[in-house]
Amino acid sequence: MIQADYDLVIIGAGPGGLTAALYAARARLSVLVLEKLAPGGQILVTDWIENYPGFPEGISGPDLMERMLDQVRRFDVGVESGEVVSMDLDGPIKTLQLSDKRVTARTVIIASGSSPQNLGVPGENRYIGRGVSTCATCDAPFFKDAVVAAVGGGDTAVQESLFLTRFVRKVYLVHRRDELRAVKVLRERARDNEKIEILWDSTVEEIKGGDAGVNAVTIRNLKTGDVSDRAVEGCFIWVGTIPNTGFVSGQVDLDEQGFIITDDRRRTNKPGVFAVGDVRNTPLRQVVTAAGDGAVAANEAMLYLENL
Amino acid sequence: MAEGIKEVSDATFDQEVIQSETPVLVDFWAPWCGPCKAIAPVLEEIHKNYEGQLKIVKCNVDDNPSTPSSFGIRAIPTLIFFKGGEKVEQIVGMVDKAKLEQTIKSNL
Repeated sequence: MIQADYDLVIIGAGPGGLTAALYAARARLSVLVLEKLAPGGQILVTDWIENYPGFPEGISGPDLMERMLDQVRRFDVGVESGEVVSMDLDGPIKTLQLSDKRVTARTVIIASGSSPQNLGVPGENRYIGRGVSTCATCDAPFFKDAVVAAVGGGDTAVQESLFLTRFVRKVYLVHRRDELRAVKVLRERARDNEKIEILWDSTVEEIKGGDAGVNAVTIRNLKTGDVSDRAVEGCFIWVGTIPNTGFVSGQVDLDEQGFIITDDRRRTNKPGVFAVGDVRNTPLRQVVTAAGDGAVAANEAMLYLENL
Repeated sequence: MAEGIKEVSDATFDQEVIQSETPVLVDFWAPWCGPCKAIAPVLEEIHKNYEGQLKIVKCNVDDNPSTPSSFGIRAIPTLIFFKGGEKVEQIVGMVDKAKLEQTIKSNL
């Protein structure tokens, strides 16, 4: 039989990928974790996580990541910097083409996560880093005592808007519906926070600015049709995520939004190939669900290898 | 053996960056910024690989408010590439090694 470099290659070193690595390493599989950017993924830009069990006071995203990485390293798992460009997932030996080399594996877990979705409005790209942001923990201190807009209504939008209020004078939370989608505890905090004013039934149509960066957003009220400009120095965008599946290109089945379709054992349509975390078509995208996916997929990879 | 990445301040920015004969990549960062920490190892690696061709320095935006505001920086990490004292490229947010190396090569 042809030898592969690894029993398992995991694409992505976020909570899902690292949990899979931990389980696989403890099962004594030879494992490589590939990370394109920096271990952590979306949680690196998460201010505070208070729904991951075991941390009664909550924990910052980067701190939780650091701990997960330390735990994986205790089991001698290699976490390498590398970007998968293309893959051949057919047959018993899977081939991953990286930008600088080729890696073979008997099983693959795709844990490549998701990225923030753009609004797709004029001015958005132009003012990135000059008022337009998707990371409150990175950029909020640059907006001390400023007025800013935040767009979205889910957990991330509300949680990060609450974080912004530690620095800014006022946050206009722009939401296209008449109620927030965020979990109740966050909705209550937003309601009780004097610095947050929710603009219901509204969207941002344009982000305007000058040499100094953003200076206004154009808001449309979807119910009344009114269009108005609000003077703001920043516009934070949290309107959901898009899956990082560019490199997958036809190798496994995706849903209509591009998320990877798996069964309840995290198996894709290709034998020996699994998907976990945010990149999977799942109703809930959380650290704890990604970690759970990782454990299930690593166990499935192990069973698959035993039955080959 | 290359030394670690040097810190520059509002006071030394002109001398270390603007007056530098070699091109300079400035990493604007702060201790509370997760993505800044995350890209630090990539910068260290590039710092070693491009020794002599490219100078990499970092500027703590908490301790040095006037330099970042003079470049209109409102997000970190921000990397600015200077050549002959002029800003030639600016990268905002997390960046992978391949893209960063590509930017460096096209500007050296």
